[in-house]
Amino acid sequence: MRKLLLQSLLQVPLTVPAPAPSEAALAELASKVDRAARRRLGRSLSIREVDAGSCNGCELEIHALNNAFYDLERFGFHFVASPRHADVLLVTGPVTANMREGLERTYQATPDPKWVVAVGDCGRDGGVFAGSYACVGGVSAVIPVDLHIAGCPPDPLRLLQGLLALLQTA
Amino acid sequence: MSDGSRLHAALAAGEFVGGHRPWPRARVTPELWRELIQGLAGGAWSLLGFWGEPDAVHLGLWEESSGTVGVASLSCQDGQFPSVGRRHPPAQRLERAIVDLFGLQATDAPDHRPWLDHGRWPLAYPLAETNARARPLPPYAFLPVEGESLHQIPVGPVHAGIIEPGHFRFTANGEAVVRLEQRLGYVHKGIESLLRGASVERAARLVGRVSGDSTVAYGLAFARAVEAATETEVPERAHWLRALMAELERLANHCGDIGAICNDAAFALMLAHCGVLREKVLRASAVCFGHRLMMDGIVPGGVSGDLAVEGEKALRELLAEFRRRFPPLIDLYDNTASLQDRTVATGFTRPALIKQFGCGGVIGRAGGRAFDARRQPGYPPYDRLEFETPVLGDSDVNARVWIRIREVEQSLRLIDQILDGLPAGPTRAELSQSGETREGVALVEGFRGDVLVWLRLNAGGEVARCHPRDPSWFQWPLLEAAIENNIVADFPLCNKSFNCSYSGHDL
Ligand code: SF4
Repeated sequence: MRKLLLQSLLQVPLTVPAPAPSEAALAELASKVDRAARRRLGRSLSIREVDAGSCNGCELEIHALNNAFYDLERFGFHFVASPRHADVLLVTGPVTANMREGLERTYQATPDPKWVVAVGDCGRDGGVFAGSYACVGGVSAVIPVDLHIAGCPPDPLRLLQGLLALLQTA
Repeated sequence: MSDGSRLHAALAAGEFVGGHRPWPRARVTPELWRELIQGLAGGAWSLLGFWGEPDAVHLGLWEESSGTVGVASLSCQDGQFPSVGRRHPPAQRLERAIVDLFGLQATDAPDHRPWLDHGRWPLAYPLAETNARARPLPPYAFLPVEGESLHQIPVGPVHAGIIEPGHFRFTANGEAVVRLEQRLGYVHKGIESLLRGASVERAARLVGRVSGDSTVAYGLAFARAVEAATETEVPERAHWLRALMAELERLANHCGDIGAICNDAAFALMLAHCGVLREKVLRASAVCFGHRLMMDGIVPGGVSGDLAVEGEKALRELLAEFRRRFPPLIDLYDNTASLQDRTVATGFTRPALIKQFGCGGVIGRAGGRAFDARRQPGYPPYDRLEFETPVLGDSDVNARVWIRIREVEQSLRLIDQILDGLPAGPTRAELSQSGETREGVALVEGFRGDVLVWLRLNAGGEVARCHPRDPSWFQWPLLEAAIENNIVADFPLCNKSFNCSYSGHDL
């Protein structure tokens, strides 16, 4: 173990340089983020991830944000276990009828000010699952959404660009 | 049929259905149905799947001794069928799902509670011939627990971490779990209803998103079922490229799981290193096939795109990287006593249960069940490749880590052979059209275990009915058994060592 730790110390970091925030995301956010509230929070945001019916593909890429390459924490973002500790809800999936209440209650449990980021094509409008009796179709059909990050699933860089846009709008 | 299969001999007492490939399907009488259930309960064969139609139910069966698959179908004229779950518990949840979706009744079923239907859909029995209005459902009745000093811990559906939703109801005596009851269905998306009437192309995209972490395995199972139904010959190169994708998927997921299990034992160093390896696999996959998870890479008839020119180089580098970085991680796992202290003897799952449930994948192989669909029933190109299927008997978290480690090594070996032997030629064939109704079934080994896809194509070549069955159906119930008498704090560890799919199960 000592050898592994030592190697990690001596190696150059794997971390990729920070990408420029996505233009589209900035545009979507421009009108929505309350600047005053953002200033109060500073440059640190707690994220609670909510799977509202995803195929779990989006979760895999969200997980990847924590690996040594993307290292989300260096930007002040970190994942928390409870919505009561969260500033941002990162929601995936077409919102199944069976998860609708879970999502609503998670939203209610999140203190203000808060932002909702809908991740993936499913989160936008239900994606491939749109039209099913079991899906509400799109996160914004249930709770207000501040930012959409498209992709099936969006890769970690795209996720990072979207989240950075959230930080920069303040 | 004289293939030495007692299963096929039993099915021959029914009426074989033409145009069902590659294994036979027979319509059976209620008497024969009961006999087949008897065979399941007695261990003569195991359950591969159990799915419905508006007027019939189908049992997929696997006979290990002869390596044969068969499907038995019972028509339910009066909307009823004799319960399978009553005699064979592994069928219970599947049976409850059939009742929820089709409105058929399982006579003398041991458990009448709805499973996928949480009373939230706009209609009841969504896959039945005529939809009923939504039915008001009483609050879900968890199993009663009685006894002094017991307490309950409800967890989920939204529970800690970046994880799929499900509800776990723990009953504990002090620290020890005396019962875990799962409630699933939260991510039910109605995929089977979306598949009805879908074109083969759209259906392939849908089935490829039943469980995103197994998109290659699902894509392959769906494609093979379509190809069986349409008797389409897939070009040799496509077989090899499919296996390449499948092994990359296995590699990525096993790396992720090994790291995550160790992380749940508070050993974050392993997660960091395994996370790097996993990321490298995903990047190499993107170089080779244009998508990190290789979604939609496999299509009925072959593959959607050939291996990119830079692909081979990226993969050779990936293999070299693994050969350099993976062995020290194995040593690290093997030599960290505090870690082993958490994983050894934790989450023991009785091998008899594993056998009874026909539980596949890592969990099965860690508990003595050697089943690997790549070998038996088998599919190309694995018959031309050399690999071992690791099997252990300890059936604890530690054994499940070791199976994953060994399978990583085997996948590396397979990728090496695929790169060396990749045949030239076309990568996709046209599906043959016949203008008739045709049926196909396929069984594929994903990283989590065997994925089954059964389907019927109508005369126009569209999907009339398709049922994808995730390996998790036969793994989730064993997690309930595995956690008994473990402490509550070890649940994340046990759960991660199983890593069942919520989405694949909930459909
Ligand atoms: S957007 Fe794609 S990857 Fe994400 S949950 Fe939907 S189907 Fe899965």
